[in-house]
This record gives sequence, C-alpha cells and structure tokens, in this order.
Amino acid sequence: MTILDVTNPVEPFLRTDRMPHIWCPGCGIGTTVNCFARALIESKIDLQSLALVSGIGCTGRVAGYVKLDSFHTTHGRAIPFATGLKLANPKLNVIVYSGDGDLSAIGGNHLIHAARRNIDLKVICVNNLIYAMTGGQTAPTTPGHAITSTSPYGTCEPAFNLPHLVEAAGAVYVARWTTFHVKQLARSIGEAFQKKGFSFIEVISPCPTLYQRRNKLGDGLDTMKYYKEKSKVKHGAPTSEVGLTMTGEIIVGKFVDRDRPDYQSLLHAQMVESLGESYVEPSETVCSCS
Amino acid sequence: MVERCKACGFCVEFCPTKVLALSSAFNSKGYHPPHVVAPEKCSGCDLCGMYCPDFAIYGQRLPVAKEAAPARTAAATNLEVARES
Ligand SMILES: Cc1ncc(C[n+]2csc(CCOP(=O)(O)OP(=O)(O)O)c2C)c(N)n1
Ligand code: SF4
Ligand code: SF4
Ligand code: SF4
Repeated sequence: MTILDVTNPVEPFLRTDRMPHIWCPGCGIGTTVNCFARALIESKIDLQSLALVSGIGCTGRVAGYVKLDSFHTTHGRAIPFATGLKLANPKLNVIVYSGDGDLSAIGGNHLIHAARRNIDLKVICVNNLIYAMTGGQTAPTTPGHAITSTSPYGTCEPAFNLPHLVEAAGAVYVARWTTFHVKQLARSIGEAFQKKGFSFIEVISPCPTLYQRRNKLGDGLDTMKYYKEKSKVKHGAPTSEVGLTMTGEIIVGKFVDRDRPDYQSLLHAQMVESLGESYVEPSETVCSCS
Repeated sequence: MVERCKACGFCVEFCPTKVLALSSAFNSKGYHPPHVVAPEKCSGCDLCGMYCPDFAIYGQRLPVAKEAAPARTAAATNLEVARES
C-alpha cells in the first residue's frame, strides 16, 4: 500500500496532543480555526511574529489548541493583555480570538477603547449569540425573543450590533462572515493582517447545544444551511443596517476598510512634537528569560 | 482521524460534488464518520477540510499520476480525500 505524504493543512497549527477538542458536535468554532490556519498559510506570515490572545469561554479555548505563542487571559481581558503585548513589542502581530460575550460584555469597554485608540490588533470575534461555556445565558448579542437560560420567556433587551459598535468607536477594518463562508472568512483574516490598526472580524457561528436547541432551531448543520440560505453579501453596507435577528437575513461582507493613524504612530508623533530632539525612541523590549 | 469525527455532517452537505456520505460504521465515541461514496468526483478542493470543525477530514490534490489511484482509496478510508491532478 502506498503511504500518502499528505497532512491536513490545519495540523501544523494545532497542539495535537490536546485533540480531540472539547467543542460539541456541530459547533462552529473549529471551522473558524480552519479558516484562521488557511489565512496564516496564504499570507506566509512569520509564525514567530505572531501572538494569539483569548479570553474565557468556549471560543477562548482556541488559545489552548493552537500551536502558536498564545495566552488564555482572564474573562474579558484579552484586549488589554494584547494591547500590552503590542505596545511593549510593536513588531508582534497580535491576534485576539474570543467570544462575543467575552469581548462585548465584560470586555466591552476594552473593545470600544481599543478601537477608539486604534491599537494595531486583529480581533476575531466568534459570535454564537450567547454565553455558551457557562450554560447559555443572554449575552449583549442575543437577538430579541431568543430563549436562553436567563430569559426563559424570551430575551426582551435590544442587542449590540457589533460591526456598528466598533465602526463607531473607530475600527479601521470591519467584516462579518458566518461559518458557512469559509473562503471569504479566510480571505478577510488575511486582509486584516495587512491593515495597521484595529481590525474586527465577526464570525456568526452555531452553538447547537445551548442556543439553537433551546430555540428549536435544529442542530449545527441546520444552522449552517440557514446561514447559506439567509446570508446576503453586501460589501460596504452601512453597519447601522446589519443588526441580527433570530431567523432573518444575515448581512455579511467587508463593511469598513479605511486608514487612520494607529496608537503607536500617534504616540510617536506626540512625543516628537513635544520633546523634539531630546526624544529617544524606547528600545524594543527584550524578554529577559530568553 | 476517523476518531476525531463527531458526525456533524458539514463535509457531506457542503462538498460541492457530493463525494461523501455518513457511513453506518461507528468510531470509538459512537459517531458515524463519513466515507467516500464517489471518489472519482473528488476535485481535492479541501472545502471539507475547511468546514470540518473537528479537524477530522481534508482534501488534497496529489501531484502524481495514475498510480496514485489505490493510494487515494487508502487515504479515503482515513478520511483524507485526495485526488491526483
Ligand atoms: C470574571 C468572570 N466572570 C464570569 C465568568 C464566567 N464566564 C466564563 S465564560 C463566560 C461567557 C463566555 O461567553 P462568550 O465570550 O460568548 O464565549 P462562548 O463560550 O460563547 O464561546 C462567562 C460569563 C468568568 N470566568 N470570570
Ligand atoms: S456549548 Fe456551544 S459554543 Fe460551546 S462548544 Fe458546545 S456548541 Fe460550541
Ligand atoms: S476535497 Fe473532495 S470530498 Fe472534500 S469537499 Fe472537495 S470534492 Fe468534496
Ligand atoms: S469529518 Fe468533520 S465535518 Fe465531516 S462529519 Fe465528521 S466532524 Fe463533521
């Protein structure tokens, strides 16, 4: 029998000793990891220059499964940790990979201020419309009427429209895809690597165990079919018009792609303006343990 | 990689040429992993690999000619789907 010298393209990016992972059957998080790995391959980015930071949640587990320099922070604090990494080591490509609850609820303030300051971070937000890891509570992203463990009669509060929020706060790149749009998602992640500044990619993803099941929306595959049927690609769509509902249309695409000076350029310019000749650029931080 | 499969069916549903079907066999966790039902239709596009949330399957174009056919079948049983180009 001929032995095939082929491997799954995602394999070199995984800590295979931790497989199989804990994600449920039909959960979309693994699919997003495939797209992320394909984007790393396509962009030929130096893996030594990468750091991946996540918060807590099912999505937060990504930090523990990828074979990259990664850090699993406390809940909601992926962005501040990543900000510190980036400021101390400006050459690093810093990716934040976390859930909608982690990034927009407990971490919501960090999200808007990192966008406002235009910190050069690439944020991949897996939005399963719920706090999954803790049992399916209502999140700031849960659409109206959805049944969750904390809203057994249906969610009455209005939801955050994340692309609109981060655009208003100042992000330079904003895109949304679903886990059905694997090629487009991989391409968007690659594009975000090329941007200097705060980039935000929202990925709508099934949580069949806690969100779809309680709302009688079927399993992961049914959800993927819904994404396929009800998604509409509208590049440049006004983000005010891309809010989500439980069973309605999902507007996907690249919504924002603009340039403005990132935090480090602004800091540099300010220091030069204020201190002139006497300003000495801080040398790059070198970790003393290496 | 059969053992990683959780039988979500994404690969079966979204393979553009319907190469795969869930099999009646069980893996050790009790899931029915897919098997190749139409190997000749596989283009090696790797969409199954991009969709698979469990990193259990992938497709690849092999740069070898006809003698790769038996290898392809062998690979298919390991949930790797490959096609000579
Ligand atoms: C300070 C603190 N508060 C609350 C929790 C409990 N907690 C863990 S994960 C989580 C929500 C995660 O939701 P999300 O970010 O959407 O991730 P998902 O599990 O849906 O991928 C919460 C509230 C915690 N770990 N730490
Ligand atoms: S609880 Fe939901 S988000 Fe968490 S692994 Fe299961 S399906 Fe995925
Ligand atoms: S690689 Fe083959 S089996 Fe996989 S999606 Fe493409 S055509 Fe289908
Ligand atoms: S191989 Fe992957 S995509 Fe296909 S059924 Fe199994 S887990 Fe799902």
